[in-house]
Amino acid sequence: MTRHSFDEMYAAPEQVREHYKKYAAWLAQQPPDIMAARKEEAEMIFRRVGITFAVYGDKDEEGAGTERLIPFDLIPRVIPADEWTVMEQGLAQRVTALNRFLHDIYHDQEILNAGLVPREQIEGNVQFRKEMLGVDVPGGVYSHIAGVDIVRAPVPGGQGEAQYYVLEDNLRVPSGVSYMLEDRKMMMRLFPSLFTQNRVAPVAHYPDLLLETLRAVSPAHTASPTVVVLTPGMYNSAYFEHAFLAQQMGVELVEGQDLFVKDGFVYMRTTRGPQRVDVIYRRVDDDFLDPSVFRSDSALGCAGLLDVYRKGNVTLCNAIGTGVADDKSIYPYVPKMIEFYLGEKPILHNVPTFMGRNPQDLKYILANLRDLVVKEVHGAGGYGMLVGPASTQAQIEDFRQAVLAKPDGYIAQPTLSLSTCPTYVKNGIAPRHIDLRPFVLSGKTVQTVPGGLTRVALKEGSLVVNSSQGGGTKDTWVLEP
Amino acid sequence: MLSRTADHLFWMSRYTERAENTARMLDVNYQTSLLPQSVAVDQLGWEGMLRISELMTPYRDLHDQLNASDVMHFMVREETNPSSIVCCLKAARENARAVRGALTTEVWETINDTWLDLQRKLKGKEFERDPGKFFEWVKFRSHLSRGVAIGTMLQDEAFRFYRMATFLERADNTARLLDVKFHAVHSDFYGAASQLDQEYDIYHWIAILRSVSAFEVYRKVYRDVIAPERVAELLILRADMPRSLHASLKGVVGNLEQLANQASGETERFAGKLLSELQYGQIDEIMSFGLHTFLTQFLTRINQLGTRISQDFLLPA
Repeated sequence: MTRHSFDEMYAAPEQVREHYKKYAAWLAQQPPDIMAARKEEAEMIFRRVGITFAVYGDKDEEGAGTERLIPFDLIPRVIPADEWTVMEQGLAQRVTALNRFLHDIYHDQEILNAGLVPREQIEGNVQFRKEMLGVDVPGGVYSHIAGVDIVRAPVPGGQGEAQYYVLEDNLRVPSGVSYMLEDRKMMMRLFPSLFTQNRVAPVAHYPDLLLETLRAVSPAHTASPTVVVLTPGMYNSAYFEHAFLAQQMGVELVEGQDLFVKDGFVYMRTTRGPQRVDVIYRRVDDDFLDPSVFRSDSALGCAGLLDVYRKGNVTLCNAIGTGVADDKSIYPYVPKMIEFYLGEKPILHNVPTFMGRNPQDLKYILANLRDLVVKEVHGAGGYGMLVGPASTQAQIEDFRQAVLAKPDGYIAQPTLSLSTCPTYVKNGIAPRHIDLRPFVLSGKTVQTVPGGLTRVALKEGSLVVNSSQGGGTKDTWVLEP
Repeated sequence: MLSRTADHLFWMSRYTERAENTARMLDVNYQTSLLPQSVAVDQLGWEGMLRISELMTPYRDLHDQLNASDVMHFMVREETNPSSIVCCLKAARENARAVRGALTTEVWETINDTWLDLQRKLKGKEFERDPGKFFEWVKFRSHLSRGVAIGTMLQDEAFRFYRMATFLERADNTARLLDVKFHAVHSDFYGAASQLDQEYDIYHWIAILRSVSAFEVYRKVYRDVIAPERVAELLILRADMPRSLHASLKGVVGNLEQLANQASGETERFAGKLLSELQYGQIDEIMSFGLHTFLTQFLTRINQLGTRISQDFLLPA
């Protein structure tokens, strides 16, 4: 598979792409033992700083707990400025349309009335929250923080040319931004000279933009809103990120037990008594937010929260019910949304997608399982997925049965050969598949720090980049001209 | 500040201090056990240490013998013993991790690094090879995290809770340390088993002084031979002796004043009263009252003070 991939650094063997030339020349001069020492240093620092994530039911190599490092690769992924400019516009366009879509389906449902998106696809979706119907959220923004997964792959049926595709929109509680920030910090610490030689666009102002975004959508009743980050707690896999963002923004990191509702407002319990909370950047899923409405067994949320939210006395970021727009069954309609709401041509491409609910598509899916990637429409994190070319006959048959049993529960896409980037592996440097997750902030305006988080599949040939499945990360450079 | 944050800071601080004091206490016993005293006295020393920490029963559940290496193992690396150094440092680290946003990066990294280092040391059997050096290391890491906190943290509520908890734990630990001897021989002073042991009694007091880094201080203050009454006076009543009960209580009260809220008036009075007794107390009075009885009462009141602080500040209303 690797043979047909687009490599980010090499146009052909020995032929480095223009935007990688400076870096490649630098890399060629680095003694391997120095690079190995740097890699070790990076791991030591990550561990000391506690940049770890928890894997459920696992022990770390010390056998002492469940904290693991996400492998960090020393070779950056470099994006030329002109490519980034287009991508940035495409991201803003896409996320704006998705926010418009969310507002629409929870209000007048024009897009459903126009027949562009089948009504049952929305109303039958478990992520569609009826509680949000008719609720106005500040600025009409639903997904304040969106993580859009982008890959670069050859155009199917093309002459080998590659382009960027949006693989997935993450509009609920996308994570990974702390790795984007820490990877950059690490690179600057390990290789300061690289940053004097290359004009790498900075990313460190992300927490400031985030705070600006959160403050911009506060309820009308206050001029100086109290913002908090709501975490499920220190045993959550992304706890480091929650603590990190709260600290970087200088706001409190709260758990559900710290919050309570009284007289139509949300308060947190402090050593000096209750303090009102205006904006909650929540890193807790919808289902767990309010045990009095959603899952009653949830200890992670705050009873009565939804009620306060519907009254407009607190802002939740992201809003409740955004999951209906990033569902894999809705993904195929995003280009139409862009045209419908914005009257524009989509700048970023969707991957051609076959929907199991569509009889014509279903036939195609079942006949071509071996070549397709089949995804459960509600799956996430690399689970509930079949990568046809990399699967055994038995796995394919299992999926065939599953698809037949519930056709509308699946979509399928051609197996994209994700682009590769040179990466440190056991025996030196080898190409590994990567993706990109830029983080798009929507408040008064739509902003994206240059680049995003590059994830890399460390196993040879693997296309699964998720950290829960052994993926690593790379620093992502947008080179300024 | 969030009540839960205050709670985590409070325990982070207490567990760090407790690990240090456990190391100090173990070190005294370890050094003393190197003296040519009778086996019986040696055993009494370790027994006293377990009793004063209220750990005799859990220890007996795991070990038949009472000897230096088993007790040290139990107090250092036994994971079922919540007061072992491993458990204290782990609890300190877990509490710090829960509020890492309320700490400076340096404080968090210091505490996390201590934990990671400890894993390496235990794996490498460094404690078994050289207990004295290991105890030094625990003390050093505690000094370091305290120094980093004082040197980098904003002096706000979080910092006050952090400091107050240190002093509260220290008051408790110093009182227990002074009482070790009593728990071994059921007498305040000259109750050792034989004539020879009585002569070694003096070494016990010297060891106690050393364990709280007060040996040189003693010489400087009294310019005299080591006498138990003076050791007790130094560690109970001297306001300028950093690990004394008086100094510790002063630390508690000073920070508590800064933290005062609507609910805490009675707790401030309680703490202030305890402090004033140390301020105006005399060692002769305490001795005639009975050192052990005095310390027992003191420990009960420190415990009550901790509970009150919890109720006023830490438990969500």
